[in-house]
Amino acid sequence: MGYTIAEKILLAHTQLKGIKPGEFIEARVDLALGNDITAPIAIEEFKKAGFTKVFDKNKVVLVPDHFAPAKDLRSANQCKILANFAKEQSIKNYFEIGCMGVEHALLPEVGLTLPGDLIIGADSHTCTYGALGCYSTGIGSTDLARAYVDGKIWLKVPASVKFVYKGKLNKWVGGKDLILYTIGKVGVDGALYKAMEFTGPVIRSLSMDDRFSMSNMAIEAGGRAGIIEPDAITNKFVSQFKRKGKFYKSDSDAVYEKTYVWDISKLEPQVACPHLPSNVKEVSELKDTKLDQVVIGSCTNGRLTDLRIAAKILKGKKIKSGLKLIVIPATQKIYLDCVKEGLAEAFVRAGGVFETPSCGPCLGGHMGILAEGEVALATTNRNFIGRMGSPKSFVYLSNPAVAAASAITGKITHPDKI
Amino acid sequence: MIIKGKAHKFGDDINTDDIISAKYLVSTDAKELGSHCMESISPDFAKKVQPGDIIVGGENFGCGSSREHAPLAIKGCGVRAVVAKSFAAIFFRNSINIGLPFLESQETDNINEGDTLEINISSGIIKNLTQDKTYKTAPFPKFLQDIVEDGGLMNYIKAKERKHV
Repeated sequence: MGYTIAEKILLAHTQLKGIKPGEFIEARVDLALGNDITAPIAIEEFKKAGFTKVFDKNKVVLVPDHFAPAKDLRSANQCKILANFAKEQSIKNYFEIGCMGVEHALLPEVGLTLPGDLIIGADSHTCTYGALGCYSTGIGSTDLARAYVDGKIWLKVPASVKFVYKGKLNKWVGGKDLILYTIGKVGVDGALYKAMEFTGPVIRSLSMDDRFSMSNMAIEAGGRAGIIEPDAITNKFVSQFKRKGKFYKSDSDAVYEKTYVWDISKLEPQVACPHLPSNVKEVSELKDTKLDQVVIGSCTNGRLTDLRIAAKILKGKKIKSGLKLIVIPATQKIYLDCVKEGLAEAFVRAGGVFETPSCGPCLGGHMGILAEGEVALATTNRNFIGRMGSPKSFVYLSNPAVAAASAITGKITHPDKI
Repeated sequence: MIIKGKAHKFGDDINTDDIISAKYLVSTDAKELGSHCMESISPDFAKKVQPGDIIVGGENFGCGSSREHAPLAIKGCGVRAVVAKSFAAIFFRNSINIGLPFLESQETDNINEGDTLEINISSGIIKNLTQDKTYKTAPFPKFLQDIVEDGGLMNYIKAKERKHV
């Protein structure tokens, strides 16, 4: 019996001869990530347990991105814990503001996440890197503390579920729509504890940025991972780095718990309505939904491809009077590319703000919190009650094209209408 | 380990933003986090919960973010255990790692708000003392029981290191 790509990567990180779903394993990690919310607990636990030196200073990554640039004194103190620990342990992969970015956009950009790697991150959207054909998964702070000690993680081997996308994507439809459609179909626990594998002809022609958007939201269906087999597009992306990674493919006789096959040729842009990412409708069903704020950014859709699409729609236009448009490039490099390509100017001239890289309002941190009764459309990944501010606010999720078009009209709008 | 307390009922898909809103993630103190537990969906929860009480949820309890502040907040407000139909994977592992006991049971619809429960973590038996009923659940696999018995993952790792020395 063959193995899926998820099983192959996990097996390669153990001393075992074979593994099967449901089994508990101890695996060796290639990278252990923490941020300004989760790493402080990990560092505290690591020290409290009496440990003094991390297992490998080159495999520890610290990114202050959630409440950074520090939104208040207490966040500043949390960020400082990371900076101090990085200095004390000589961790070079510490990203201070100025070279910082939203972690899941930043790490692939600097070549820290490569095909075949086993990556853990104390952040649920660590599954993003699965787009590169690695096994990356969200864990907690204590898991991270333990990985600091011996570079290992306990895992239950997940069963794999295959998602096959056939047909041809419509204009304005991309990775975000595919994953929203998927979550809408299977539900927020439809892939609970599973390794999701995205495949089929549609995935094979999808850009890296669209693939990252898809894998990013695997967790929103309960998935432990959202993996795409590496191919020529992956190879082109990783060719810029010294390390190339290892390209695994699922065996033809690999076992999947379930396989979904969808023809997406008729798929319209998708929108997740409050208060669950699975509450998905087609954009045209929501044309009378009035908005107070539009947010374009995050680890889901704050990459250059996303911002190019948004700027193309907004260029030369004005956003609806009274609406707040917040654009957040996910990394410093993307920020600079936006400036060079004139995208930043398009956003500002349209009446939006162009903010510094940060998770910002996505998790209700800062830089765009919603007041009671306010309605937002965001390119982010979660729309739980109170996610972006007041428990009495409302968040819709969409792709960047729908977000840009909707900023112009002030209500949820199909980009074709602009 | 036997835990006895009153049941506080919640529905399906209780997410980590429900359990502890991100605005409170500037603290790692369980007591402080606990004072805001479930605030967005049940504003009085932290005030009315008594030490030793038990949260009873539906499917996919703890979905969403990786924040360990969620099980910490539950512990910090005095709740001793969680019973739900299913748990989201990261919440599951965080609870094991910090030693918050929980059980998976399909019978949670039969438990009413305020019922007194007595749960045995090692055997997986839940007794509903109010209704005089017993629900059987599958106890944790041995590997996870070992972590919980050692008092969480860091103690487990230290114990393992000692054995090797």
